[in-house]
Amino acid sequence: MKFRTRRGAEVVAVDDLSLEVADREFVSVVGPSGCGKSTLLRIVAGLVEPSSGEVRLNGRRIDGPGADRGMVFQSYTLFPWLTVQGNVEFGSRLKAMAAAQRTKVAREYIEMVGLAGFEHHYPKELSGGMMQRVAIARALANDPDVLLMDEPFGALDAQTRIIMQELLVGLWQRTPKTIIFITHDIDEAIFLSQRVYIMTARPGRIKQTLDVNLPYPRSLDVLTSVAFTAMKRAVLDSIKEEGLKALSLIETSA
Amino acid sequence: MSQLSLSTRGRAVLRNSLRPQTPIPRSHYATIVIGSLGLLFGLWALLSYGGFVQPAYFLPTPTEVLSSGVRMTLDGSLIEQAWASISVIITGWALAVVLAVPLGILMGSFKFFEALFEPVVNFVRYLPVSAMIPLLILYIGLGFEEKVAVIFIGTFFQLILMVADVAAHVPKDLIDSAYTLGTSRLRVVTHVLIPATLPGVMDNLRITIGWAWTYLIVAELVAAEKGLGIMILESQRGLRTDRIFVGLVTIGLLGFLSDIIFKWLHRIVLPWSPRIR
Repeated sequence: MKFRTRRGAEVVAVDDLSLEVADREFVSVVGPSGCGKSTLLRIVAGLVEPSSGEVRLNGRRIDGPGADRGMVFQSYTLFPWLTVQGNVEFGSRLKAMAAAQRTKVAREYIEMVGLAGFEHHYPKELSGGMMQRVAIARALANDPDVLLMDEPFGALDAQTRIIMQELLVGLWQRTPKTIIFITHDIDEAIFLSQRVYIMTARPGRIKQTLDVNLPYPRSLDVLTSVAFTAMKRAVLDSIKEEGLKALSLIETSA
Repeated sequence: MSQLSLSTRGRAVLRNSLRPQTPIPRSHYATIVIGSLGLLFGLWALLSYGGFVQPAYFLPTPTEVLSSGVRMTLDGSLIEQAWASISVIITGWALAVVLAVPLGILMGSFKFFEALFEPVVNFVRYLPVSAMIPLLILYIGLGFEEKVAVIFIGTFFQLILMVADVAAHVPKDLIDSAYTLGTSRLRVVTHVLIPATLPGVMDNLRITIGWAWTYLIVAELVAAEKGLGIMILESQRGLRTDRIFVGLVTIGLLGFLSDIIFKWLHRIVLPWSPRIR
């Protein structure tokens, strides 16, 4: 998938950015708050139209949102009137999938995210981590070409976040998909993905690209390895500069 | 239980009851409620039986009210009057609901409809229905239809704005999620927007039916043959304050009942609603 985007709205949110992601790659985008990474993701999702530039999926220009680009948001966006199973089946229902098949697929993904037994619970009965797991299952069960994730673990506590990160990498290895993951957490970005794009402060551009050459499967040991720390240092230096710019503490370069 | 521990517990309860946002056990809560109602009743009894109010008919005693109420129920007149009022309310309110809910959802969700309706609705909302009654009598005459119109006008404009507010506050992310799952714009309205507004709309229905009573009584006071409002008015002419009290208590009970019914309905129809814990 290739995308090239320019301005968004009167405030230039994203400016002159070009990205190319291959099939089944797991990439992440990090940057300071307000750098436009969410806007970028929404443009890819088709929820926002770029003022100029385009997004192409498999060579074809996208036209608005669609089931081929599934998305997981930071705020749990489960449909409160549906059970866990109802939520996960939502996409399949839209496609008019046969009931038996639909249930089978839903059960599969519910189990994959470790929520077997909770099929008939309503979202109001679930914790934040559980809701996010359902959201991921729901997006994956719809079999999108690309999975877009907008700081999905941002609202979770540190312990839950670590568990979810491991879960996500595990899921990706089981059912490989193209994933574009947005975060401000550097550890998370390096731990999860194969390539990290570092965005500048607003107006956002890709400042740097980092290839993460760590092998999968990645366990928590990786987090404290020498290679990881070196990469993290590189990203930190880059990000810090952008973070300060975002806070307007130093002059932005032209 | 020793006297010392009793008073310590008592002080603890008192402390907690007066601490902001601190829960207290249900039994204590119930005790305070019963105590407060009992105190009011006691005050009423004291003032009426004790003859402290002159002239005496200004404040009927509880027994007078009760015996009037029993008499009026047994001879069917209370039921008749109550039913006349209830049927007007249900008709007017249901009409308002049927129109206000869909229009409200449209208004809250689409800027087009908001621009179309909101200015008019917002203006009419401030016109007091009671002031419109003479006009309505002129147009529609006296009778059932005119009173239904009063209820309708009174509830419709408020309800449409409340429903629009609920619809406008459906989280955008929820709608966006649906799009990324492949929902078309039309189905987003039917499959996401409408279900998402249900708890809020249900609450609005509960609140507006309560208001309907106030409009009805005013309408009946002006012109009616039957109804609780007219019953109260006629009782006033006969200085029958005991009957007035019966009327008031009946209205209060009916309003309370509709509230309970809606809360129950909310729980049954919308078990998933985050508003119920």
